[in-house]
Amino acid sequence: MSSPEQWTHPEPDAAPAATAAKPTAEQVIAGLRATDEGGADLVQLLTPEGERVTHPDFDIDITPEELRGLYRDMVLIRRVDREANALQRKGQLGIWVPLLGQEAAQIGAGRAMRETDMAFPSYREHGIAWTRGINPTELLGIFRGTDQGTWDPVEKRFHPYTIVIGNQVLNAAGYAMGQKFDGRVGDDEGEATMCFFGDGATSQGDVHEGFVWAAVYDAPLVFFCQNNQWAISEPTERQSRLPLYQRARGYGFPGIRVDGNDVLATLAVTKWALDECRHGNGPILIEAFTYRMDAHTTSDDPTRYRLSDELEMWKLKDPIERVKVYLVRQQWADSEFFDGVEADADKLGEELREFCTNMPDPPAERIFSNVYAEGNPNLEAQRDEFLDYVSGFAGGEH
Amino acid sequence: MAAPTMDRSTAAAPATPVQTLTISKALNMGLRAAMEANPKVIMMGEDIGKLGGVFRITDGLQKDFGEQRVLDTPLAESGIIGTAVGLAIRGYRPVCEIQFDGFIFPGFDQIVSQVAKLHYRTQGKIKMPIVIRVPFGGGIGAVEHHSESPESYFAHTAGLKVVSCSNPADAYWMIQQAIDCDDPVLFFEPKRRYYEKGEVDTTAQPGKLFESRVLRSGTDATLVAYGPMVRTSLDAANAAAEDGTSLEVIDLRTLSPLDLAPVFESVRRTGRLVVVSEAPSESSIASEIAAKVQQECFYSLQAPVLRVTGFDTPYPPSKLEEEFLPDLDRVLHAVDRSLAW
Repeated sequence: MSSPEQWTHPEPDAAPAATAAKPTAEQVIAGLRATDEGGADLVQLLTPEGERVTHPDFDIDITPEELRGLYRDMVLIRRVDREANALQRKGQLGIWVPLLGQEAAQIGAGRAMRETDMAFPSYREHGIAWTRGINPTELLGIFRGTDQGTWDPVEKRFHPYTIVIGNQVLNAAGYAMGQKFDGRVGDDEGEATMCFFGDGATSQGDVHEGFVWAAVYDAPLVFFCQNNQWAISEPTERQSRLPLYQRARGYGFPGIRVDGNDVLATLAVTKWALDECRHGNGPILIEAFTYRMDAHTTSDDPTRYRLSDELEMWKLKDPIERVKVYLVRQQWADSEFFDGVEADADKLGEELREFCTNMPDPPAERIFSNVYAEGNPNLEAQRDEFLDYVSGFAGGEH
Repeated sequence: MAAPTMDRSTAAAPATPVQTLTISKALNMGLRAAMEANPKVIMMGEDIGKLGGVFRITDGLQKDFGEQRVLDTPLAESGIIGTAVGLAIRGYRPVCEIQFDGFIFPGFDQIVSQVAKLHYRTQGKIKMPIVIRVPFGGGIGAVEHHSESPESYFAHTAGLKVVSCSNPADAYWMIQQAIDCDDPVLFFEPKRRYYEKGEVDTTAQPGKLFESRVLRSGTDATLVAYGPMVRTSLDAANAAAEDGTSLEVIDLRTLSPLDLAPVFESVRRTGRLVVVSEAPSESSIASEIAAKVQQECFYSLQAPVLRVTGFDTPYPPSKLEEEFLPDLDRVLHAVDRSLAW
């Protein structure tokens, strides 16, 4: 595994953190306090030091094989993320949205879902996509500009990435209402929906309305908020006076804060929440308390608004390292296993690079395709006129 | 307003196929027919259940189809549209009622960002068979935000289809065709004409949804209108006929996609076109028609295309709406200017 420094500063000449911000002492203290601890209500089953701890309400039986699987998922999706980030730096992607630091939140939540459950992501949910069986190569076109997501959302039960902040929360509420109207809620075989959004999104009207809708229709919907502490440059105190999970109470459903860097706790809490929903006891809000270890996107510069101290502290809470420590301590994994995962990651990275650099540009017709399900003669005429114009150039006469 | 009472035996199996109905009643019967035809058709909106909607368009539907198919929703338009998106993905065909034109804007984001684009984003893997019903236009003496004509915003948005009915027969059929359509349809209902009556043949083969229609043939000039201005234009044509002027009247019916072939054909004969609409004129449906007609009928035009519209202002206090809204005299004045060019 590469060193933490390389995760966040792929360019060797990157500026040192927090030189531009020049925060006051009060800001330093407030910032550290806000993101330091999840508070007394934080559900944690595996400490940053790799100690297995218990929780009175949430626990999980996990086999060595299952935990190795979660570890492998996290390592592989982190590699995907770092490769894609590097591909952007090399000009192969227009932009990338890093998930670095949020692997446990996403793998834990994603692996809690059943095939019959539905997921509505935001745009940073590469780890959820992974757990839905979507090849990471299918994420690249969105950021390279060749497509807007190619997977089949119905077959994969994974909605397209939603870029307008919060829109997908209402879409998820509607889908979950449909699961209920279809009579697919009420027992162990019931269906549920998960909706992913961030701390910034909680200020959006659509998220508020999604809470209201899901509550009044008893929708089987798990709201999964990844509080990564930063909405681009704005800290969570710019979004809320109280911890986000406590908002659920005002809407009449439970809210749980889980250590989003703890894959076991995230898995346990999400499984519980999904089961509640499939039995008809939804909705439920989960706040996964985590940290965005990299920039908001490759176009962002976090050194302008946050402290290097904060980043350093969160490096100690790394979601992957604690699992590795625990696996070793329990003697559930040996060096052969870890080497194997690394080799898989290398192979995956190579595939990703190979795929990305060979992605063809879409043809001009793509501009016009599938705007409508039942067509539009005026648009078809516009397309034909344009393609005719383009074909004039292809003939080499211009 | 009198809430119409539903004659269920008539609705279920018309004793006589031709009935005289209001636009309001025709819409109600059309919605009922669509719900009977397809169990996936559901209604969503504010006060549309027990109350039957503030205009009673959904009167009796919740009683007969239940609360799970006729949803009295929380009071938030983005929520109505945003959850309709999810229900559509789940296989439903939601028909959303926006209570008044000026209240659609909280739902604008969901309409433009999701409803309009999901089919394109997924290249056809997700369809959005959603109908958004909007009572629109002025002339009812209402307070602010209750009299607007926002159709151009939606016609300007790729991925949406936009239609407007002007008479009971179209109301009955077009709403059913819109619900059958696999594309999202903004369905603009001329609220001040809700209680105008006309004959509806519930067994007749309806015309296509996305087609304009010549309602009155004429030779001297062409009037094009949609929704509430169709009645105004027909009245103007009647008045002009008394003075010996023959006006052709075309009901656009579909605003996106525009079906201008009948307009081009007409203008090539008459050489003159007046477009009538309540919406402000700048960057409007009327502007688009003017642009396309000058492109297609350049050598046939005897006068510039003229627009008779609302003014480029917010909708005024209702004591001024008679001046704001195009009426018979303003239409005829424009016809005179065109003929005198």
